[in-house]
Amino acid sequence: MPVKTMRDAINEALHQAMAADDSVFVIGEDVAGCMGSSGKPGSVGGVFGVTSGLYDKFGPLRCVDTPISESAIVGAAAGAALMGMRPVAEIMFADFIGVCMDQIVNQMGKFRYMFGGKTTCPAVIRFASGGGFSAAGQHSQSMYQVMTAFPGLKVVIPANAYDAKGLMLQAIAEDDPVLFFEPKALYQTSCDVPDEMYTIPFGQAAIVREGDDCTVVAFGQMVNRAAAAIDALAEEGITCDLIDPRTSSPLDTATILESVAATGRLVVVDESPPRCGLTADIAALAADRAFHSLKGPIKQVCAPHSPTPFAPELEAAYLPSVEKIIAAIRATLS
Amino acid sequence: MSIPKETLLRAYRQMKTIREFEERAHAEIMNGQIPGFTHLYTGQEANAVGVCEHLTDADAIVSTHRGHGHCIAKGADVVGMMKELWGSAEGLCKGKGGSMHVADFDRGILGANGIVAGGPPISVGAALAAKIRGNTQVAVSFSGDGSVNQGTCFEAMNMAVVLQVPAIFVIENNYYSEHTNIRYAVGCDDLKARTEAFGFPVFVADGADFFAVYEAAGKAIAHARAGKGPAGVFAEQGRYHGHFVGDPQYYRGEGELEDLRENHDCLKNFRARMAQTGEVSDAELDAIDGEVMSLIERAVTEARAAPRPSADQVEQDVYINYGT
Ligand SMILES: Cc1ncc(C[n+]2csc(CCOP(=O)(O)OP(=O)(O)O)c2C)c(N)n1
Ligand SMILES: [Mg+2]
Repeated sequence: MPVKTMRDAINEALHQAMAADDSVFVIGEDVAGCMGSSGKPGSVGGVFGVTSGLYDKFGPLRCVDTPISESAIVGAAAGAALMGMRPVAEIMFADFIGVCMDQIVNQMGKFRYMFGGKTTCPAVIRFASGGGFSAAGQHSQSMYQVMTAFPGLKVVIPANAYDAKGLMLQAIAEDDPVLFFEPKALYQTSCDVPDEMYTIPFGQAAIVREGDDCTVVAFGQMVNRAAAAIDALAEEGITCDLIDPRTSSPLDTATILESVAATGRLVVVDESPPRCGLTADIAALAADRAFHSLKGPIKQVCAPHSPTPFAPELEAAYLPSVEKIIAAIRATLS
Repeated sequence: MSIPKETLLRAYRQMKTIREFEERAHAEIMNGQIPGFTHLYTGQEANAVGVCEHLTDADAIVSTHRGHGHCIAKGADVVGMMKELWGSAEGLCKGKGGSMHVADFDRGILGANGIVAGGPPISVGAALAAKIRGNTQVAVSFSGDGSVNQGTCFEAMNMAVVLQVPAIFVIENNYYSEHTNIRYAVGCDDLKARTEAFGFPVFVADGADFFAVYEAAGKAIAHARAGKGPAGVFAEQGRYHGHFVGDPQYYRGEGELEDLRENHDCLKNFRARMAQTGEVSDAELDAIDGEVMSLIERAVTEARAAPRPSADQVEQDVYINYGT
């Protein structure tokens, strides 16, 4: 099977979805690039390269380059979706949700419910999320934990190239609005990705490692770190389940609860700050629904209650590390 | 307009300091010395200096992601800024913010900004504070040709007029927002007219000419200081580098960069003008060049040697007092 990066896998999904369905289009800042300039329109393909080649293939009507206007971009996607199109909008950095929150939360996310189930809004909004680049407080946030709180929105966080392609094709096929968070630290990571189109259903976790002693649930770029922690402990004979929910909304609670019932222990890992986040959410789920199977304390490994710092050594201390995950797993066992 | 010699010398020094700060930052980024995302101001120096020469420490500026020039022009400590780019614990923001978040409140610098058009509303607030207090302070926000298309920028401009506050909107047209030309991203043909339609005067200047910006900004700032409400400055001048360091710049036309450096250089223009008027000698300017070079060298040497932040600082300064 061909090996592809996450960036290329998502790009391939966009190419294939647009070729298969005329109602799919992309919209966002520099998704083509070089518009109005001496350069060739389309030569940028998004600042992370994810929409590369779409302008050449599908032209300006379906690769829609915009001014810097996030509210209007999301609103335009939402409006086109109400009319039956399937837009895929790019909001560059997830942090810029701050600029277009109303269109996402109060508009797009609530249409169906407020309008009595009489409409659909099949828009996908893509974001590059997460830390690791010394990009400081306004370009490093994961944001998906916040957006998970809003009913009406579906929230996707792929952790590898294979999942990214299948989840993107599913996101485009969904009739509900979908927020698609691409951990930017993973764009260049690669794995086997089939050339053909395939989908991965939402609400179905991936079981990344199987073991007996502890359940570890991790999201996005933390899945690899959790796997590294688990592999290190395996050398000591400690084995863990590693669950990557892949979508935080809907959440595959059954897989998590089944695993906790079997291992009796739970560690939840995410790069976001702790309050009202995914680690707290899943810890609460287990405390509520699996209390009697628990043999030790539930541990949360996440960022502190602080914005993301700039200096590399501060950010390294800020983000959950393999060592912190190992320590948390040990703490559930002691 | 006659400008005191002291101002001329300081303006040149500031422009030269920005130029050399940015060129050195560029080199150090290429060497892998400076982490994060850095956007260089090289080429646009006259905009920042032409505006800030009219301001005092009591006046406020609100900057952008391309903020080094604004901050230096407003008097930020250059060594502290370099340390901040390095992420040192002794940086202006203790290594918490980096290039995109330089701030120096003793100098009225309310911060660079990583969010495009995050600044203009904040400048309206700073100007509102001056109006409520009844003093003559003003607040300046800088916006790019891309930034002006954000709703926040429109809202700030309209509200500044409604509230009649001393806010000055400086629009720097460097022709591009990231990889997109203004011809595409600004829907109308005349951005100056669009801005004026909000209801305040906008003064236009060639951004390669310190004297032009100084004059235009002088009118705008005098208007605001006199209690006549907001005003604008619209300056055109390309940037010499890519949007960020490493930008392949596919959007450039042939010879565009060479033309910018050759024919649109505020430092060259300044020297030419001085040679013509005789107000400042070449030797005086050369001496400034030398002093600037040693300042930048010292800034880099100190930034390299400066103490690094420690992990316990991650959770400091989130709040003043959180009670736990
Ligand atoms: C809300 C938001 N959207 C997008 C970006 C990404 N971005 C950073 S700078 C920039 C271009 C800004 O162009 P302009 O205002 O002309 O300023 P210039 O870079 O030319 O100085 C963009 C799109 C951002 N930082 N914030
Ligand atoms: Mg610009």
